[in-house]
Amino acid sequence: MTRDEITAGLAEILEEVAGVNPDDVAEGKSFTDDLDVDSLSMVEVVVAAEEKFGVKIPDNEVQNLKTVGDAVSYIAAQS
Amino acid sequence: MTRPDVVVTGLGATTPLGGDVASTWDAMLAGRSGVSALTQEWAGQLPVRIAAQLAVDPSEVLERVKLRRLDRSEAIALIAAQQAWVDAGLADSVDPERLAVSVGSGIGGATTLLAQDDILEASGPRRVSPHTVPMLMPNGPAAWVGLELGAKAGVHSVASACATGAEAIALGLDIIRAGRADVVVAGGTEAVIHPLPIAGFASMRAMSTRNDEPERASRPWDKGRDGFVLGEGAGVVVLERADHAAARGARVYARLAGAGITSDAYDIVQPHAEGEGAIRAIAKAIADADVAKTDITHVNAHATSTPVGDMLEIGALHKALGDHPVLSATKSMTGHLLGAAGALESIAAILAIRDSVVPPTINLDDPDEGLTMDVAAHKARHLEIPAALNNAFGFGGHNVALVFTRA
Repeated sequence: MTRDEITAGLAEILEEVAGVNPDDVAEGKSFTDDLDVDSLSMVEVVVAAEEKFGVKIPDNEVQNLKTVGDAVSYIAAQS
Repeated sequence: MTRPDVVVTGLGATTPLGGDVASTWDAMLAGRSGVSALTQEWAGQLPVRIAAQLAVDPSEVLERVKLRRLDRSEAIALIAAQQAWVDAGLADSVDPERLAVSVGSGIGGATTLLAQDDILEASGPRRVSPHTVPMLMPNGPAAWVGLELGAKAGVHSVASACATGAEAIALGLDIIRAGRADVVVAGGTEAVIHPLPIAGFASMRAMSTRNDEPERASRPWDKGRDGFVLGEGAGVVVLERADHAAARGARVYARLAGAGITSDAYDIVQPHAEGEGAIRAIAKAIADADVAKTDITHVNAHATSTPVGDMLEIGALHKALGDHPVLSATKSMTGHLLGAAGALESIAAILAIRDSVVPPTINLDDPDEGLTMDVAAHKARHLEIPAALNNAFGFGGHNVALVFTRA
């Protein structure tokens, strides 16, 4: 899976869970500061991403995923 | 120090009869029933297959993403509160630190609890929604309303079963009288049309099983009554200190003149056999309101269509108030909204005062011999209403009576 494909997959999840406009989702964007994803929604995003990409994202890793790019890198490395 | 007067300056509701107060009131005056057959697959196995479902689904009003984190009872409380807030025209004219919320629910987020338990069983704990707890907590509806309106003088969530909505309004009166707020957004909400609560009430033999005639199932005071019909909905009023309302030139619907609250200490679900607690609640409300009994020409009764409760209330009204008022049992049309009932029926009483009209009680075809008081059966009736009483009683032995008077 390319980084763009992972980004697109995350955009779908973010739209479903938090109503984020897919056009706003890019690697440089911060989940909390730019995309307005709160902590409970972030939990939902992580669980949905695990399922979509067939990866495991442990709770202690989630705090390191500040931006969409961080998440893309983590998922790309795991899958 | 004189006690501040409290008035009603805003109304909001979403009910089985309509998505707002105006459509609900029009339907009530027209004598329409909001009860229908439950067509959901799960209903087939139940002894009760009728209910009064919302006329307008919350998904038609709130955004999808917002709804994902709201229990249905929270969503409709928000909708009703927003309507009441806009109706009151408060916008920026109340200090957030002088704005409180008192919104309760009889059962709370039961449908969320049950749906998430299904997910837990099927998919494991990691799939349980992180929104589960704020969706099912009993203070959730009040908290969401407080959040939405920016209320910082306290957010309260009364729980007294079917007396909840009325008790939440009574608490709002107390809060303003005690000087803790100038405005209180108060009411009740309920949304538990789900097989488990229905099965539970049905096992108590509390519900009507007139499944073949949904619109005729809720029939307070009629000889053929066989239990209540479950309804869902929310009702919210804006209570305001009278001088605060006057200073901003607010439109005033009515005055909330008094409240009476008692408990039976008798049985967990059966009302006291002589209606002793109800009699005291009505008497206290009248004394608190300081109105002449003869001015109370209309009562919106609790009257749920159960064989025992309906007649006990008539006895209590006879003793505490007299036989002169014209009664309405609007549950004949809306079904029983449990924790929202007292709030919705307060709204009906307030509008009855405003419009000088007693809403009809439908399905009263063959009145019980014990019905010694006048009821506007089938059709609305014109009546001068200087003051109106609303009763609400709940499992647990809760009795609440509210007196509204013309502004």
